[in-house]
Amino acid sequence: MASSSGGFPWITLVVFLPLVGVAAILLAEETRAKWIALGTSLVVLLCSLPLWIGFQESSPAMQFVERYRWIASPPIHYAVGIDGISLPLVLLTTFLIPLCVLVSWTAIETRVREFMISLLVMETATVGVFVALDFVLFYIFWETMLIPMYLLIGVWGGPNRVYAAIKFFLYTLAGSVLLLVAILVLFFTGGHTFDILKLSQAIYPPTLQAWLFWAFFAAFAVKVPMFPFHTWLPDAHVEAPTAGSVILASVLLKMGTYGFLRFTLPMLPDATAAFTPIIMGLSVIAIIYGAYMAFAQADLKKLIAYSSVSHMGFVTLGIFALNAQGIEGAILQMVNHGITTGALFLCVGIIYERTHSREIRDNTGLAKAMPRYATFFMIFALSSVGLPGMNSFVGEFLVLLGAFAWGKLTATLAALGVILAAVYILWMVQRVVYGEPSQQMSHKLFDLHWREMGTLIPLAGFVFWIGLYPKPVLDVMHASVEHLLQHEVRVMTVEQPPRHEKSASLSSSQMAALSGYRDGQLP
Amino acid sequence: MFDLLVLLIPGFPLVAVVINGLLGHRYSRELAGWLACGAVGLSFLCALAVFGDILGSKIAREVVAYTWIVGGALTVNLGFLIDSLTGVMLLVVTGVGLLIHVYSLGYMHGEEGFTRFFVYMNLFMVSMLLLVMGNNYLVLFIGWEGVGLCSYLLIGYYFDRISAAKAATKAFVVNRIGDAGFLLAIFLIFANFQSLDYTQVLPQVHRLSTEMATAIALCLFIGAVGKSAQIPLYTWLPDAMEGPTPVSALIHAATMVTAGVYMVVRNHALYDMAPAAMTLVGVIGGVTALFAATIGLVQYDIKRVLAYSTVSQLGYMFLACGVGAYIAAIFHLVTHAFFKALLFLSAGSVIHALGGEQDIRKMGGLASKIPLTHKTFLVGTLAIAGIPPLAGFWSKDEIMAHAFVHGHYGLYALAAIGALLTAFYMFRLTYLTFYGTSRIDPHVAHHVHESPPVMTRPLVALAALSIVGGFLGVPPEHGWMHGFLGSVVTPAETSSHTVSAGVMVGLMAFAVIVALSGWGIAHYLYAVKPQAADDWAARAPRVYTTLLNKYYVDELYDAIVVEPCKRLGRSWDWFDFHVIDRVVRGVGRFADVGSATSTWIEKHVIYGVLNLIAYANHLASWSWRKLQSGLVNHYAAVIVAGAFLLVHFLLVWLVGGTRV
Repeated sequence: MASSSGGFPWITLVVFLPLVGVAAILLAEETRAKWIALGTSLVVLLCSLPLWIGFQESSPAMQFVERYRWIASPPIHYAVGIDGISLPLVLLTTFLIPLCVLVSWTAIETRVREFMISLLVMETATVGVFVALDFVLFYIFWETMLIPMYLLIGVWGGPNRVYAAIKFFLYTLAGSVLLLVAILVLFFTGGHTFDILKLSQAIYPPTLQAWLFWAFFAAFAVKVPMFPFHTWLPDAHVEAPTAGSVILASVLLKMGTYGFLRFTLPMLPDATAAFTPIIMGLSVIAIIYGAYMAFAQADLKKLIAYSSVSHMGFVTLGIFALNAQGIEGAILQMVNHGITTGALFLCVGIIYERTHSREIRDNTGLAKAMPRYATFFMIFALSSVGLPGMNSFVGEFLVLLGAFAWGKLTATLAALGVILAAVYILWMVQRVVYGEPSQQMSHKLFDLHWREMGTLIPLAGFVFWIGLYPKPVLDVMHASVEHLLQHEVRVMTVEQPPRHEKSASLSSSQMAALSGYRDGQLP
Repeated sequence: MFDLLVLLIPGFPLVAVVINGLLGHRYSRELAGWLACGAVGLSFLCALAVFGDILGSKIAREVVAYTWIVGGALTVNLGFLIDSLTGVMLLVVTGVGLLIHVYSLGYMHGEEGFTRFFVYMNLFMVSMLLLVMGNNYLVLFIGWEGVGLCSYLLIGYYFDRISAAKAATKAFVVNRIGDAGFLLAIFLIFANFQSLDYTQVLPQVHRLSTEMATAIALCLFIGAVGKSAQIPLYTWLPDAMEGPTPVSALIHAATMVTAGVYMVVRNHALYDMAPAAMTLVGVIGGVTALFAATIGLVQYDIKRVLAYSTVSQLGYMFLACGVGAYIAAIFHLVTHAFFKALLFLSAGSVIHALGGEQDIRKMGGLASKIPLTHKTFLVGTLAIAGIPPLAGFWSKDEIMAHAFVHGHYGLYALAAIGALLTAFYMFRLTYLTFYGTSRIDPHVAHHVHESPPVMTRPLVALAALSIVGGFLGVPPEHGWMHGFLGSVVTPAETSSHTVSAGVMVGLMAFAVIVALSGWGIAHYLYAVKPQAADDWAARAPRVYTTLLNKYYVDELYDAIVVEPCKRLGRSWDWFDFHVIDRVVRGVGRFADVGSATSTWIEKHVIYGVLNLIAYANHLASWSWRKLQSGLVNHYAAVIVAGAFLLVHFLLVWLVGGTRV
């Protein structure tokens, strides 16, 4: 039955170990819950390291593959594996969960046990999404992830949590249903298999591709979130507890962009080529719109939430630039956004624990009252601005370079986002870090203690590491991205003749119709 | 050995940043200060050694530290290019930087964030060195943004002052506008050359079409305009004076703001390909030179006068670039670094003596009280005003002569009027500060004291450099500087104009007359007839207030850029809530109606089953019940259960029938 590639099942361990922690929490006393959760998540982090150490950078193939038949008919497998696209995201997840546990240490006072369980279930589900190689398995993880996220917002959230949770659900519901339909259609047209790799090899008629493209788009664009499907995000962030915001921003949003990379690009190359201008347009709108929205916010979490919309616009921009720089930049930017925005949400959580306000006007003059906090806040804010030497710059630069090769005007408009990021972030810093602390808050402001330092130092370390020496992270993805792009080219050019005039003419006419948006070719 | 020396130049300050930044609170601030200065000193020694090497070998060499970014066809190294242009910049940056660091030990003594100050200063040195040493556009860009960051941090050094915070933000944001242009230039360069290394790009620029060369040159120039505070992006520099005075000297006068000039000269091959871009560079430079000088005429803050003077002098450097006098641009960059650093540090010494006073209306008669500072300031004034044989005369004269000889009479006129105004406002500043009757607050007056040696010695050194620095470029067009830089900076048209010595001497004489006239007017207004200045101002009140308010450019930018941006943000916020969310809520209501029909199933079947499972697993206390009030958990249950049911149904009945 088993057709595993042999070796120790590291991936399965990483995916399901958190559930062992859940069992332990259920059995243990409530006071131990957070310790167990911390221990479990740290062990999971350790167990995820062999995936990186043992990863063959030169190979584009799936690695650490485990494959067992689950249901004979229809053929559903438990199949997992990683490549250069999923590995960084898996590591990002396992790295962030312990930090989420730490930041909730005192912030969560009620139902600690259930909270920790939700976090760990979340870990299983998100890692599962990134490693699944079977569509049904993927979908199960995809949907499972919603439950703990929903609970995190709905139970431990702020005063308006029900509204936020409903919104979150409505959006994702719409996407998920269409995703399911798309999966089933792929099953029937792609050779009666749920194997993601096999489905990626199959060729689908362009008209069908167009339908599938928008079905996928509905699911993934909501998650990213792309304009105009973004309005759930600020509400969800504002209501969610800090750990929820961190997971939401750092991991959950990446599932959308991961979906584009794993499914849309390889399976639907003709539709991708045809609709790229629309996606690029939406990305640019997201970058600028998100930045302006961030500019208008008075609530720190909302500001950072809208900055997420802007930053994730860069990721989709890079993916649909359909070249090596763009996609590698996008993957790196997914990681960077996880680190930087996650850290900013942590920072907001830390200050919220003290002042019980997220309003910018209540949290001022922090450099004077909390110098260490101000230092970290500054580091992550500047990382968000995309300062060279820090992580986001490398990703944004590659994305913009890739986007520039796709269309000069597009990249130029996106580069405006770089200016706007400086505006809204530094304006926030100016009001929060500089000046005098407000009168009624100043007695509540005490500087970071060891646990908080412990959550921020590793993140700051990554900010500089990726900024100064991103090669280890980039090297992981080269082969996989090259493979992805070859696939793209193969389907678009080499295999076009046998697919008759009709398919070629359709996609080319669509291209022509949309080419008005594309401005200028490269020499 | 050479490679190691090169790496150590930015390496020493970097190590100091890390040590002082992480451990600075563990030991005394004096130690932190000396560590910072020592690092810059060692860096200076390494720079000297490297410079000696260039002097001997005269060949450009590349040193690669490591591979930084790889993506597709792009490979970017953290690498350095060491040639004569870099050599000159290295000496200026580390040399002047060292003097200012030492000066800061005294000036910043007693400030709260002493260690923090030196961490930022050292970080600035690292960034500036990367900027001038990089062997590709991206390393240049790291340095470029890095110096901008340090400028931001140091302008906002007094972080409890909200005006400082605003000035810092303004500086960064305005610079960012320029940086976006720079980024676009990098993308264009990569698109055309598939590389970002100078050695791959610059020898190949002749392959570009004129249009493409112009596009790249203009994008680069947008970056230069931001960093070097030229029209229309100059407004941040005067505000940047919120930072401590040594910062103004190092960053906002001697080094960082000249980065744009360095970049244009480094890319001169590109500009030679793009005459239209050259013209624009020259015109922007010339107009800025005059425009900033006019504002400087009436300002009362000693540092702001110097700031406008810096904007003006940078204008001269761009004017030089625009007329193809690249070596003269670098020459003026070097002499300006000497005398402007001197002026700022002397001004700092004045401010130090007066306990923080910066308003020249509350100064006067300081010459006898702080004689050494007076002398050094006077040297700086004579140098910048263009009185021979001090440094500023030679470099400014060379720029103006080049413009004249190559037929750019309009630019020459701008520069000449600017020179007159420069001499005037600098002597006005000197007279109001050091001569005449004292207008100093009596409480302050008896505390006035000369600065300690740690501050005055750097002043003396810079004064000496301001006196003799000009001889690096004497005789004009054929000095040592020209020979040294000639290998790197060879203008396209190699002196096709042979100019008679008579013309050159005539131009020099005219320049001297202009400078002396400016001095004369200032002498008349502020020494001979002190009340005349007010009379002149009263006679043209509109001109005077316009100048005093800096042509209302800040207000204009506020009205046409800043406020509309804020309004746009707010209106989009409205759009999000009232349009997009209304659609979502509509869908929500629709879903409510739809779900009403299935509520019965939900309540009696699915929810029951779920509850059963929950009870069975000792999970009854879970949040399912907590949320029973809302519809929300119904959605959750329905979606998950429904999805599973649907999948199951489809799989078992639909798919199960077909052969797999």
